[in-house]
Amino acid sequence: MGAHPILTLIAQRIALGVLLLLAVSVLIFVGTEILPGDVAASILGQAATPQALENLRAQLGLNDPAYIRYFRWLGGVLTGDLGTALSNRMDIATSIWPRLKNTMFLAFWAAAVSVPLAILLGLIAVRYRNGFVDKTISGLSLSATSLPEFFIGYVLMYFFAVRLGWFPSVSTVYDTMPFLDRMRAIALPATALTLVVLAHMMRMTRAAILNVMQSAYIETAELKGLTLFEIIRKHAFPNAIAPIVNVVMLNLAYLVVGVVVIEVIFVYPGMGQYLVDHVTRRDVPVVQAVGLIFAAVYIGLNLVADIVAILANPRLRHRR
Amino acid sequence: MPKEPMPVTDKPFLDIRNLRIEVTVYPPDDAPRDIVIVDDVSLALEKGKVLGLIGESGAGKSTIGLSPMAYGRGGVRITGGEVWLNGRDILKDNARKKRKLRGREVCYVAQSAAAAFNPAHRLMDQVVEATLKHGVSSRREAEKRAVELFRKLSLPDPENIGKRYPHQVSGGQLQRVMTAMALCSQPDLIIFDEPTTALDVTTQIDVLAAIKEAIRDTGVAALYITHDLAVVAQVSDEIMVLRHGKTVEWGKTRQIVDDPQETYTQQLVAARHVEHGEQSPDGTPLLSVKNVTAAYGGGSVNVLKNVSVDIQPGQTLAVVGESGSGKSTLARAITGLLPPKEGSINFDGRELSSRLAQRSKEDLRELQMIYQMADVAMNPRQTVATIIGRPLEFYFDMRGKERDRRVAELLDKIEMGSGFIDRYPAELSGGQKQRVCIARALAAKPKLIICDEVTSALDPLVANGILKLLLELQKEEGVSYLFITHDIATVRAIADSIAVMYRGEVVRYGPKSQVLSPPYDNYTQLLLSSVPEMEIGWLEKAIAGRKMAAAGN
Amino acid sequence: MTMFKRMPIGAAIGLIVTVVLLFVAIFAPWIAPYPGSRVLGGVWEPASAQYWLGTDNLGRDLLSRMIYGARITVFIAVSATALAFTLGAILGFMAAVLGGWFDTLMSRFVDLMMSIPTLIFGLVVLSVLPSTIPTLIIVMGLLDSTRVYRLSRAVAVDINVMDFVEAAKLRGEGTRWIIFREILPNALSPLVSELGLRFIYAVLFLSALSFLGLGVQPPNADWGGMVRENREGIVFGIPAALIPAGAIAALAISVNLVADWLLNRTSDLKGGRGNA
Repeated sequence: MGAHPILTLIAQRIALGVLLLLAVSVLIFVGTEILPGDVAASILGQAATPQALENLRAQLGLNDPAYIRYFRWLGGVLTGDLGTALSNRMDIATSIWPRLKNTMFLAFWAAAVSVPLAILLGLIAVRYRNGFVDKTISGLSLSATSLPEFFIGYVLMYFFAVRLGWFPSVSTVYDTMPFLDRMRAIALPATALTLVVLAHMMRMTRAAILNVMQSAYIETAELKGLTLFEIIRKHAFPNAIAPIVNVVMLNLAYLVVGVVVIEVIFVYPGMGQYLVDHVTRRDVPVVQAVGLIFAAVYIGLNLVADIVAILANPRLRHRR
Repeated sequence: MPKEPMPVTDKPFLDIRNLRIEVTVYPPDDAPRDIVIVDDVSLALEKGKVLGLIGESGAGKSTIGLSPMAYGRGGVRITGGEVWLNGRDILKDNARKKRKLRGREVCYVAQSAAAAFNPAHRLMDQVVEATLKHGVSSRREAEKRAVELFRKLSLPDPENIGKRYPHQVSGGQLQRVMTAMALCSQPDLIIFDEPTTALDVTTQIDVLAAIKEAIRDTGVAALYITHDLAVVAQVSDEIMVLRHGKTVEWGKTRQIVDDPQETYTQQLVAARHVEHGEQSPDGTPLLSVKNVTAAYGGGSVNVLKNVSVDIQPGQTLAVVGESGSGKSTLARAITGLLPPKEGSINFDGRELSSRLAQRSKEDLRELQMIYQMADVAMNPRQTVATIIGRPLEFYFDMRGKERDRRVAELLDKIEMGSGFIDRYPAELSGGQKQRVCIARALAAKPKLIICDEVTSALDPLVANGILKLLLELQKEEGVSYLFITHDIATVRAIADSIAVMYRGEVVRYGPKSQVLSPPYDNYTQLLLSSVPEMEIGWLEKAIAGRKMAAAGN
Repeated sequence: MTMFKRMPIGAAIGLIVTVVLLFVAIFAPWIAPYPGSRVLGGVWEPASAQYWLGTDNLGRDLLSRMIYGARITVFIAVSATALAFTLGAILGFMAAVLGGWFDTLMSRFVDLMMSIPTLIFGLVVLSVLPSTIPTLIIVMGLLDSTRVYRLSRAVAVDINVMDFVEAAKLRGEGTRWIIFREILPNALSPLVSELGLRFIYAVLFLSALSFLGLGVQPPNADWGGMVRENREGIVFGIPAALIPAGAIAALAISVNLVADWLLNRTSDLKGGRGNA
């Protein structure tokens, strides 16, 4: 027999993901280095003397050819050295770590609420397909997908923090914060994030389940006299796993991006806030590092979706 | 509520009375409205008997077939009538009772078993599912019975085939497994919904024989739905002919086949008879394919192997074969869509370049093509005038009035009035679409038209009309046809010469009368003996003939 | 026009709101009661007969700023969408019809571009480029064209393998006829509804950038920028920031309702009358 063909397939997919990430790193590097902006000029501002610019360029290694700078940067990233921030001369890796933890904490709770909720709502919409409940859910979610994140964020803040005073309006967290206080601090941003992805995820879940429910084998099961519950459990669910995981992963990727705006709204000390601050300051090394991390998470989530789809496909699991 | 009287024993166990089925349609620019798709149909069936339901697409046969399961597919509603099964009107049952009936008293065999099996489960689990669900027997007994049924249906390795997944089994085998699945819970009635339509003709006969034998041995009753009268004549005791949701005629199989009363039934029985005298292949051929070998994507698997055929001017060469025989690939090689690896194609005294891009406009004009699916062969956003007029513009630079006059002439030729000139393809019937495609080909004044399965997607009577039209046009215009088909009856009707293809090779080639008379090679023998004939008892004869041939080998 | 007769109420409301907002955007100088950048009253005055929506963080008339903001928002979003569509659709169709190395190269590159979230990519690029309006339009248009490319290519590939296109090729028609006469008329419906969705996306993307301070720069302000200007007020219970935020939501929802209706109406490939 040899190695199971499915393992080969998964290995290929992972290799492809790594390759993609490498290509993305090139793209990010090129996007920030080749474009007509000059890091040295943006640090020193308009009034800089040519001599000062030249010194800074030499100091930053900007006079080397682009590919050498790229490999220097890539080598650093691979060994955990993300470089030094231009604006405050701090080590980027040490600044990122606590922020990454904060962002993950926020994203985790948003996902923990939104994923089960979206799947449940999707199932309900399918169960009462074309009925009142389905139409209401679908109509609301169609509108919700076009709401900007800050609208949701500020409406929540205005009513629940300012008017009612239930939660803090600014989500300050610190390292030694007790768990419950921390949860209270992230309640509003997590809710906002949940709302941002919920509608989209629910619509896609509904479509994925409906697609399965319209297959001929569901009719076969119905004509065997199975109850709706048995049909869903035995016949729809095993075939719906892959598409649903795909939906969830896609939306988690979406959530990771939504985090940027939400963090700025609630002044939450996470990766998004960090990125935006340093884009404003034109701090290229930080932007490169954070951009790469976001892209890596995004590619990783899509990779998981691909692998689950392979594992869930009986045609690939059991060859002819 | 008064109790229903107990049914007397000689009453049929299935009795459908005045069935009426409706569906709501939602036209895009109009209010939704209800359409009656089955109107006042009554039928009855005794235990152990088989009733064939036959009709063209849209006759409502599948919808009627599903009514004994109290099931409406795609939102259709049973709005009138009664369905009496084993002494009760099942339409009055509640949802729970209906579920108890489905998969227990009545089982269903779908047209495409490949889609009807759940890809995620092993076959055995799906075959015994209904049996276990309804508590007919224990799993061990059910599986034992399933293996017996697999054996009875002549499936290979009956002990172990149940361990496989649907995608690991061929189409013909899956269809048999589905029949086993239907028989496993020992139902009183099985509904066969076109169970052999999706299969190749040589596979169809085996599945058909297996189904017939299984019905006989288990004593189950069956509703057998198909559009092919010759098929249904082999398996059923009685036949009901349906059209537009209404009963046309209902009688014993022998009476329907030998002595049809209604005009429509007579047409159906006669559908396969188109008169055409064979022309002998003398003189220089118009098209000469010499030793053509071809593969897809420059691959090493040859889908055409050393193929040589000729077509005489004004004559028809029919290329017959099953799916995968390479017959459509031959057409692609001739048109230049798939340049052959080896061999040459001579047309009207000159050699055609192998690539489409290198052919002259004249080459392209003289060689036209008609497709199987007329609806996708025409741009849905163009009117009939544009569709037929474009070749006139393109090849002859005809414009304005002159072009319009010629379009009208062509519409006349295909027996459609000039009233169709502003119609879009979506506003035409299946037969009309194919006629417009024929007119588009004729507009180029071609010497050869390649017809790729042009009648296989059409209902028999419509197909017949198209064949007659093609023959007439051949007489008038002197055009040659390369007619690709899997249907021997069509070949008999239209061909002058025949090439039988099998796995990329021409296994038999010559004038029609020679190809269709013995002695045959093995494959042609198999192919010819597999084509159902409108003759009661044909199936048994064919199977017996096959067994003898196998024993003789 | 029969197509409007059976229009669902949601789509009708969406269409009206969209048209009104577009009208306001186009005729801003004639409609706005005050110049957008003049300081008129106190900071964050509540709504009054004089200032219908109150004043903003610097005491400017919020309504007038909203009206001018509509202009900037709609102008940038429309331009970016137009760029995205022209580029994406042409390249997508070409990839589908030409195939070969052009298709492979373009498609791999687009895959790569799409493996970075758009907002992140936008932020990375804007960290080195100045946030001027032309830059914004080009960056947004280029990033969005990847989505349009994917869709047009997919649609065109589906149509390109249909028999009627093969029939045209066998007739000897050139690439131009095939793209413009055979494929384009059949690809129009999905592309038109995608146009709506891409426009919404452009509005939301621009608003997010401006909100983060990387989009339209002061003293000009689009709606996203106005949310940013007035956000400090929220903490003091002043809802001025919710007004531009709500306007963005209203515009996006309206266009979405119209696009959804168009998509449902024309998602078939059947063709024929009254179906364009």
